[in-house]
Amino acid sequence: MPRIRVEVDGATYEDEVEPRLLLVHYLRERLGKVGTPVGCDTTNCGACTVLLDGLSAKSCSVLAVQADGRSVTTVEGLAPDGDEHPLQRSFHREHALQCGYCTPGMIMASADLLRENPDPSEDEVREGLEGNLCRCTGYQNIVRAVRSAAAEMRGSEVAS
Amino acid sequence: MTEIGQARPRSEDARLVTGRTRWTDNITPAGTLHVAYLRSPHAHARIDRVDVEAAKARPNVVAVLSGADFAAEQGALPCAWQVTEDMKLPAHPPMAVDEVRYVGEPVACVVARDRYSAVDALEDIDVDYTPLPTVVDMERAIEDGADLVHSDLGTNASYTWVFEQGDLDAALRDAPVLLERRFVQQRLIPTAMEPRAVLCEPDGSGPNTDFTLYSATQIPHILRLMLSVVTEIPEHRIRVVAPDVGGGFGSKLQVYGEEVLALLLARRLGRPVKWTESRSEGNMAVHHGRDQIQKVTLAAERDGRIRGLKVELLADMGAYLMLVTPGVPLLGAFMFNGIYKMDAYSFTCTGVFTNKTPTDAYRGAGRPEATFAIERLMDELAAELGVDPVEVRRRNWIAHEEFPFETIAGLTYDTGNYEAATEKALALFEYDKLRAEQNDRRESGDPVQLGIGVSTYTEMCGLAPSRVLGSLSYGAGGWEHASVRVLPTGKVEVVTGSSAHGQGHETAWAQIAADRLGVPFDDVRVLHGDTAVSPKGMDTYGSRSLAVGGVALYRACDKVVDKARTIAAHLLEASEDDLEFSAGRFSVRGVGDAGLSIQEITQAAFAAHNLPDGLEPSLDSDATHDPDNFSFPHGTHLCAVEIDTETGFTKIRKYVAVDDVGNVVNPLIVEGQVHGGLAQGIAQALYEEAVYDADGNLTTTTMADYLVPSAADLPSFTTDRTETPAAGNPLGVKGVGEAGTIASTPAVVNAIVDGLRPFGVRDVPMPCTPERVWNALREGGDR
Amino acid sequence: MIPPTFDYLRPTTLDEALRMLPDAGEDAKVLAGGQSLMPLLRLRLAYPDALVDLDRVDELRAIRDDGDAIVIGATATHHQVMHDPLVREHAPLVARATATVADPAVRHRGTFGGSLAHADPAGDLPAVALALDAVMLARSASGGDREIPARDFFVDWMTTALEPDELLTGVRVPKLGAGWGFHYEKFHRTAQAWAIVGVACAVRRVQGAVEDVRIGLTNMGATPVRATAVEERLGGSTLSDGTLREASAYAGEGTEPPSDLHGSSEYRSHLVQVLTRRALNAASAR
Repeated sequence: MPRIRVEVDGATYEDEVEPRLLLVHYLRERLGKVGTPVGCDTTNCGACTVLLDGLSAKSCSVLAVQADGRSVTTVEGLAPDGDEHPLQRSFHREHALQCGYCTPGMIMASADLLRENPDPSEDEVREGLEGNLCRCTGYQNIVRAVRSAAAEMRGSEVAS
Repeated sequence: MTEIGQARPRSEDARLVTGRTRWTDNITPAGTLHVAYLRSPHAHARIDRVDVEAAKARPNVVAVLSGADFAAEQGALPCAWQVTEDMKLPAHPPMAVDEVRYVGEPVACVVARDRYSAVDALEDIDVDYTPLPTVVDMERAIEDGADLVHSDLGTNASYTWVFEQGDLDAALRDAPVLLERRFVQQRLIPTAMEPRAVLCEPDGSGPNTDFTLYSATQIPHILRLMLSVVTEIPEHRIRVVAPDVGGGFGSKLQVYGEEVLALLLARRLGRPVKWTESRSEGNMAVHHGRDQIQKVTLAAERDGRIRGLKVELLADMGAYLMLVTPGVPLLGAFMFNGIYKMDAYSFTCTGVFTNKTPTDAYRGAGRPEATFAIERLMDELAAELGVDPVEVRRRNWIAHEEFPFETIAGLTYDTGNYEAATEKALALFEYDKLRAEQNDRRESGDPVQLGIGVSTYTEMCGLAPSRVLGSLSYGAGGWEHASVRVLPTGKVEVVTGSSAHGQGHETAWAQIAADRLGVPFDDVRVLHGDTAVSPKGMDTYGSRSLAVGGVALYRACDKVVDKARTIAAHLLEASEDDLEFSAGRFSVRGVGDAGLSIQEITQAAFAAHNLPDGLEPSLDSDATHDPDNFSFPHGTHLCAVEIDTETGFTKIRKYVAVDDVGNVVNPLIVEGQVHGGLAQGIAQALYEEAVYDADGNLTTTTMADYLVPSAADLPSFTTDRTETPAAGNPLGVKGVGEAGTIASTPAVVNAIVDGLRPFGVRDVPMPCTPERVWNALREGGDR
Repeated sequence: MIPPTFDYLRPTTLDEALRMLPDAGEDAKVLAGGQSLMPLLRLRLAYPDALVDLDRVDELRAIRDDGDAIVIGATATHHQVMHDPLVREHAPLVARATATVADPAVRHRGTFGGSLAHADPAGDLPAVALALDAVMLARSASGGDREIPARDFFVDWMTTALEPDELLTGVRVPKLGAGWGFHYEKFHRTAQAWAIVGVACAVRRVQGAVEDVRIGLTNMGATPVRATAVEERLGGSTLSDGTLREASAYAGEGTEPPSDLHGSSEYRSHLVQVLTRRALNAASAR
């Protein structure tokens, strides 16, 4: 079995894994990082989105072996210990989640979006999150939360 | 500050945004075995032989079992709604034994050390099937000589249920306007984001083993009762926990075979067993929603006033009757008349078996179907008469001064103000301006046409009144329970039987308790979703939580205050009648600052040193609330669509929803419920459909084929409210969970048809895909 | 769902990859970004004996200038392609069409070469490669280098001209110089759904008259196809509304569009005419 070395949320792990082990199952079942859930089999829902070397990736469609030597950030490691990322705060503030199952992936995809575009328009947020499905919110408050976090991260208030 | 009415961000969010959530699949006790199910690839077949030997021999496999292995102990999955005395109720084994009747029905299972090994071993199970004739089409299913889903029943019709009021024949006879339409409510897959998961942990051995069953369920209490009935494991030996549950929309209002089998496997193997569904598996095996053929006839005067309405339904039950399968279409029986007055009404529904996944409750359950039909008809009536669709509704709706109003369907609408909601919606929508634009586009022959759809809906929610449920032969009551525990430090624990799965009970319930008891919001903790913590409850569905469970909490809080008052009077040496309770503090009317806080009284009760004679030293209280009537949210939704007549593509240009859900505990949560409801209702109108081929294979097994809309597909909604308090409960609340879904589907389809009317189009079947719109345009043009 | 078992090989150089491929067995699959392959594995619609993962073969990632063409390395990711200055300057149609592929997370992993070698006729990039007369660069340990024009590359439904021991190493895309307009018109039911039909086109006009026009169609048959009947009719024309409308009516000629869940063959035959007109309109407006 291949041996992999992966940095996840700031800690380094070494494991022997079956080649077919999905990254999301490695995170959940081997590392106990269950903050990243699985919602589909076809890369459609985005619930399992993490950052792989800083770029969003659907961890259900990446093999753990492919993450060898790379760094993974999950929703659990998005903010420094005990703190919350502006997106985590804005999702709460703007009521951008209900059941919360899509939320980890939605937040990670949003973090990626804001890395590329620190001041996205409403349409840009909607398009940027096209790979993440939510069944509860109708997305409106998610869009609002992402723009609100963007404003906070830019250090100014968003014009509504 | 009064807590009720505050737009408080939710307390449950902290764990959800940081990934510290407790989904069932996150829980893996030491020694857990993993289950995978082999499912039928046939829509209808006899099982001749199941050979599990090769699978058993694989590494890491602990057990491989087929239906025959469970036959003696698995019982039958329950249907709690015997809608007619002669309803045909086929036996529904959790795992098929002799015959499979839909693609996806469990046939065998592997229990292994890990999930991967379990799934691998499925491929080594060898099953011989003899295919049997497949019943896919509902209308053909009830023709004479049709093939049968259940040969022993002799028919594919499960039941026919009839409701009649007034003289419909007279209403239809010589009606100046008679509209007959056939609408199809396509089959939907609820698609909660969290797939199902079950974990059962045994504790002990032998007949007195206790079982803790974690499940992604909406109904821990009902599930516990039903698991006990099905398996004959005593109820007190079963604890059901619904930890964090990732959405339900009705799909987790069910007693599933996999839940029963988890219990049986845990008993058999003496170890924790866990099963987590994959999406493609779930699309076949989670119950589906809707799936009705509606034949509706509306009789009206030339001035637009409705005389009567005739509704004939075929409702697809799928292969079996599950928990409330047969009752779902009947919940619509009382809603086809909508907000309108009429003299006569008849409703007939036949439940039909087909070789498809069973149907059951999906967000709205019966009411979206009814609302769709009547709201589509109102637009058709307006078109027939050449009257504005808002105006035709105005001529028929119940005026606000007419409440309470007994409808033709026999319900008493307590309150409502359709005029106010409609006025507000029209203004926000800029109705006249959009009509003008529509006109311009029509005249200029713009390839992109504008359509405007109206939906003035009501719904019955707060599904509860036990007596009413009894009169409909439902198998249980609909009350809800709450208890309030005041801890020695003055902190408060609220225990509710309403089991939230995204609705925000932990916040809203804390607001109610904080408000009623006058304690800080942060001093209240809400406990739910575990039968060991909350032993009594009827769970969450049918927009009932606040109107039933919230009111139970309100009453329990009042009891706490009453108990506290007795102690306060004693300690303050005053008469109870002279005490005032405000902001968490009792004071003696007219006597300066003297008074006691509820926390001080709690301490007094805890110490119990100085209490009135014979008084129990506790403020803890509970209440079970069973309302007399449903509640009736209503509202006016307006939708404008842009239709590309060259491709058939529809884009929502503007959507305005003005809802009246009564008083509001938390406007943030209410708005969120409306948004999400709109998205699901729009998805039914435009995107989603569970499609079966002629052999009964589901072709939409993945999210690549069953199209759930993303943020990029939906517009920003304009939402607002009117607030007409419900008369039936002290909170004045109605319920909001399903309103958006119920209202929006007809608003969108009405808009599309409205946009295409000049082209001769009178209907577009749902979902209104580009191709269907294009077809409608071609066919309309041919007329 | 869970993928079936397979052997996993991870070469770090192209030579190593080429040596590994024949040894990996007849049912070996090349793993590039995995964004099409992983779902197939998870649904157990594919059972490869082995995966040869090109992820660490850095030399396949580069995008370079090659005179009158650019060469896009086979494992350049969609994200990389969209943002690459060479692509944006010389093959803007590729950048534009790539931006419509799936979603950002998938584009971070999915690769240009992977999409072409996967040869799904519903994929957006094969029609683009065809429209641009791209040339596939293939290499094998036994046969050395081979250049396969796009029109010969897509053989059948999800089947290419690549031999089992052959790897797609890159794609040579001719530069579009001055005077070219381009567009990719994708029609799908939801943002993340596959194209029901897509039209990729590039037009070069000299003094208003069409000098060259290429039109590739997505999902109008088992392979991507060129709308040659339209191309022929537009040569020398000025792309007036009338000409466009008339010529676009031939967009479906010679195609065999599929009927599936998302659209009937008849509907696709209609759509392709509308979309071809729109694509050409947009291209000529640039």
